[in-house]
Amino acid sequence: MVSSDDIRDLLRDSGWLTVDASELSENDDLYAAGLTSHGSVNLMLALEERFDIEFPEQLLRRRTFESIGAIRGAVAGLLGGTAAA
Amino acid sequence: MSGPFARGASTAAEVAGRHADSVDRDARFPAETFAALKNERLLGAMVPRDFGGEGASLTDMAAVAHALAQRCPSSGLIFAMHQIQVACLVRHGQGSAWHRDLMARLAAEQLLLASATTEAGIGGDVRSSACSVEGDGDGDDGGFRLEKQATVISYGVEADAILVTARRKPDSPPSDQIIVPVLKDQLRLEAIGNWDTLGMRGTRSIGYHLRAEGVRAQIMPLSYADISAQTMLPVTHILWSSAWLGIASDAVARAGAFVRAEARKRPGTQPPGARRLAEVTARLQTMRGMVRGAIAQFEEASGSPDRLTSMGFAVAMNTLKMSSAEMVVRIVEQAMLVAGLSAYRNDSPYSLGRHLRDAHSAPLMISNDRVLGNTANLLLAHKDNGSLFG
Repeated sequence: MVSSDDIRDLLRDSGWLTVDASELSENDDLYAAGLTSHGSVNLMLALEERFDIEFPEQLLRRRTFESIGAIRGAVAGLLGGTAAA
Repeated sequence: MSGPFARGASTAAEVAGRHADSVDRDARFPAETFAALKNERLLGAMVPRDFGGEGASLTDMAAVAHALAQRCPSSGLIFAMHQIQVACLVRHGQGSAWHRDLMARLAAEQLLLASATTEAGIGGDVRSSACSVEGDGDGDDGGFRLEKQATVISYGVEADAILVTARRKPDSPPSDQIIVPVLKDQLRLEAIGNWDTLGMRGTRSIGYHLRAEGVRAQIMPLSYADISAQTMLPVTHILWSSAWLGIASDAVARAGAFVRAEARKRPGTQPPGARRLAEVTARLQTMRGMVRGAIAQFEEASGSPDRLTSMGFAVAMNTLKMSSAEMVVRIVEQAMLVAGLSAYRNDSPYSLGRHLRDAHSAPLMISNDRVLGNTANLLLAHKDNGSLFG
C-alpha cells in the first residue's frame, strides 16, 4: 500500500521542491512548487527504489508527477498490477 | 520545393540569395528577405484560416526555412525562430481573446515575432527564470510589469512583438514560468554589447535589458513548462534542423556542380572529387531522412498533449537536435574536400566559407552538451520500446 504521506516524506527529504512538502495538499501542483523535469526523473527513480516498482513508458509523462494524488494513483496502480492511466 | 507555399518561398529565397553576401559581410538583419516574406504572406501562414491566415502546417514552414537557408542561412534561421513563436501562439492561444486578436493581427499585418528566453545569471537554462511578472491586479485587466536581462534576443529591434518568459509571480520558484507576448510599443530595449560573430551574422543575436508593461490578459494561459514541452522544444529542434539541412543541401549542391564541371572538361575520366561526392551525398540523405522523420513524428503526435509531453518524444527531439547540428558541420567539411581549393576560396562559385562558418553555430545554439546532459537524464527513466514505427 502507498499513502499520500509516504510520497510527502519522500518529497520532503529529496530537496526537489522549493516549498515544504508537508504543507502540500493532495492536488497542489508540484511543478508550481519547484519540481523540474530533472527533478521528476529523480523522483521517479526514488519511487521505483522505495516501492520496488517499474514505471512503464506510457506513465513517463508530465501529468503522472503533477501532484501527490497523481503520484499516489500511479504507484498504487503499479503495486496492484494495473497501470493507472 | 513543392506544395502550396513553393512559389512564395522560391521568390523570397531568390531575394535572400541576392543579399546574402552583404548580410553576412555587414552583420545586418536581412530586411529584403523579410519584406519579401511579408509580401508573400509567409510570416503569418500558420495562423488558421478562421483568423485570416493560411492554415499552413509545420511541414510547410520547415520546407520554407529549408529553402531560405539554402540561399541565406541567417534568413532561414530567423524565419525558423519566428515560426517557433507563431506555433506557440497558434497552438496555445486560441482559447483567449487577447491571443486570438494577436493571431488576427499577425495574419493581417504579417508581424515578425522574436523570443526572449535566456537570462543573465541562469546559465543558459531556458526552463528557469530569475525575472518575474510584477503588478497588483489579478484579473485580466490588471497591469503587469516585467524587467529582464535577456542575454540573447535575436533580431530584437526588428521584431514587432517579443515572447518573454518569466516566473509567474515574484515568489514563484525559478521553474514555475509563464510566457507572454509583448508588443513593440509596450517594451523598451537597451542593447548590451555588439554582434560580431563567425557566422549567422544576420541574426543579430545580441543581449538586451528589456522592460515591458502590459495587461495580464496577455499572459499565455498554459504554463511555459507545457508550452515548451508540447510546442516550443520540438518545433525549435525541427525548424532549426530544417534550416541546417538547407545549409548542408547547398554545400552538397555546390560540390556536385564542381564535380560535374570537372567531368565535362575530361569526359570519360572520373574527377578526383567524385567518390567524395558520393560519400557526402549519402550523409546528406541520412540527415534529410532524420529531419523528415522528426517532422512526421511531430505531426502524428501534435494533437495529443500526452504524447508530446512523454519522455520518449523529448528524447527523440533532443537527439534530432544533437545529430543534425553535428551532421551539418561534417557535411560542409566533406563537401569542402570534394571541391578542394575552389571551395576554400571566398571568391569562387563553389565557395563554402560562409556555409562552414554558419554551420558551426549549430552545435552551440542551445549547446549540444546541454542537450546531451538533459537527454542523459531522461534516459535514466525512459525505455525505448524497440519498435520500428514507435
